[in-house]
Amino acid sequence: MYPDKAKMESLVEATELAEVRGRSLWSDARARFIRNKAAVGGLIILILILAFSLFGQVFQAWSNEAIDWKLVGRVTQIGGPSFENGHYFGADDLGRDLYARVVQGTGISIMVGVVGSLVAVIVGTLYGATAGYFGGRLDNIMMRTVDVLMSIPFMFVLILMLVIWGRSITMLFVGIGLISWLDMARIVRGQTLSIKNKEFVETAVAIGVRPFTIILRHIVPNLLGIVVVYATLLIPGLIMAESFISFLGLGVQEPMTSLGALIQGGSKQMLYGAWWQIAFPLFFFLATLFAFTFVGDGLRDALDPKDR
Amino acid sequence: MTAPILSVKDLSVTFDVRQQGAWPWTPARKLHAVNKVNFDLKPGECLGVVGESGSGKSTLARAIVGTVPTSGGQILVDGRDLASMSPEERRVHRRDVQMVFQDPLAALNPRMTVGEIIAEPLITHEPNTPRAEVKKRVSELMERVGLLPNLINRYPHEFSGGQCQRIGIARALILRPKLLICDEPVSALDVSVQAQVVNLLMELQRDFGLSMIFIAHDLSVVKHISDEIVVMYLGTVMEQANARTLTTKPSHPYSQALISAVPIPDPVLERARPRAVIEGELPSPLNPPSGCVFRTRCPKAQASCAGDRPALLDLGNDHTVACPFHEEVDVLAAAV
Repeated sequence: MYPDKAKMESLVEATELAEVRGRSLWSDARARFIRNKAAVGGLIILILILAFSLFGQVFQAWSNEAIDWKLVGRVTQIGGPSFENGHYFGADDLGRDLYARVVQGTGISIMVGVVGSLVAVIVGTLYGATAGYFGGRLDNIMMRTVDVLMSIPFMFVLILMLVIWGRSITMLFVGIGLISWLDMARIVRGQTLSIKNKEFVETAVAIGVRPFTIILRHIVPNLLGIVVVYATLLIPGLIMAESFISFLGLGVQEPMTSLGALIQGGSKQMLYGAWWQIAFPLFFFLATLFAFTFVGDGLRDALDPKDR
Repeated sequence: MTAPILSVKDLSVTFDVRQQGAWPWTPARKLHAVNKVNFDLKPGECLGVVGESGSGKSTLARAIVGTVPTSGGQILVDGRDLASMSPEERRVHRRDVQMVFQDPLAALNPRMTVGEIIAEPLITHEPNTPRAEVKKRVSELMERVGLLPNLINRYPHEFSGGQCQRIGIARALILRPKLLICDEPVSALDVSVQAQVVNLLMELQRDFGLSMIFIAHDLSVVKHISDEIVVMYLGTVMEQANARTLTTKPSHPYSQALISAVPIPDPVLERARPRAVIEGELPSPLNPPSGCVFRTRCPKAQASCAGDRPALLDLGNDHTVACPFHEEVDVLAAAV
């Protein structure tokens, strides 16, 4: 019994010539992430919530601005969740559809978190990597600037900004964007300090690669793991911050809404028995935070297996 | 007499060492890692540098490559002083001097594929090379250093130490440099792989007409590959001679001690041979001994050694030694 010679030759040829696709550290990390059930569960919930905020309005019977005049004044008695009148989550104290408003609020809350986190990733990473890589006086100036900015009570400044320049969602984005990158810059700088002493960076210097190319090609990819983890864990923090501002009545303004504003509205009506007005926004709020946290933890375990 | 490709003149490298918690205005202590080193390297030759850990071998290599600033002296590559170049000229000039590092895995970026790693010097210095051309040259070179070209998309962590060192060698050679500096390229590998890598380097040196500086702490490896050997101790040159003279008739007590430490693979000879054992530790380069730096451990040390730094004495035949009490000792040729 000899194997078919022609087949063997083609096998030899195939193994010799085919380029082997390597397993990158990223694909290893993906495999570890998929094995983590809590993280995958969190990711699924996150995708569902995202889909809800993006496509939820397809199912809404009422617009988020329309007032159902039949319910006005009697929301606590007959404004509860019901499929008959199209208010799946009930109505708010003005008679507006709570489902439509939760869809909108979830979207805005997630957007605040994601945009703030993106700013942190881009600005913080470049800033921190530059400071860490060049070191010396530049590093001192850059990091002391971060220290000074950090020492300013952020919530206080944000509230002042909203009061002075008007309460708008743009101002909220600007305010959150201004502070979210500070921590990131510190973390990235710390990582850069350890990476820049690795031999492959020295090799790149010896080859004659330009400093900024070294940062982008050699340093940033090697600290991206920790950046991704921190960015994911930053999102719930920013959602919380936005909700807090909105809860104070300073953040997102009518007719726009966010989960924080909805929870604030609901908390006032809780005493009168309109439980749905706080229960639904709170449910989505908590589910989003939990999901992001689980995904972030999963990413950390997957990307940094040494740390466990 | 051909002009040297590399000539190092009175090269010194010092580092500032600040003590923890010192005031900003207290002067930093100076660490002399390399102290007034001189040598020439002829084109196509290989210069071996030996010495124990902390003797400044790697710093010397880094100063020549330019990743460590020098504090005195000159490095002339092809007659041009590196210090006089503008940063951009210097950057372009780096293509002629490439380096192979000690830890093969640490010298490769774990997030890049082997193909990207080997191609990096090429795309840095010839950014307009078409992709197909880059890939062709990378594949050819991988084959040349003994790696299967179909592994081009693999990542460094999927390779063994010896293979990683081959990748590092391929990266150093893709631009056809004039000078290759190998900083202990084999000390992290096991013995059988060491032999393969050293033979590969010798082959490549012959085929590409490379000039090489080969740093190691293992004299037998250095002797195998080098034409000329420099012995360093605490940042200073102790002895320089051609490989044969230095390994069979060393004159400096430190060289003699180094050579007697190389084991002979024959128990009878090994037991019978005389040993020049030196004791103690390498003194701190922050506070080096006065005069001859080796005097604290030297078996022939005398009171006068603490005075002036011993000058390099020319013994003829390109053999120099930094010891006034030198004597030729015939060590067993079988040792190395």
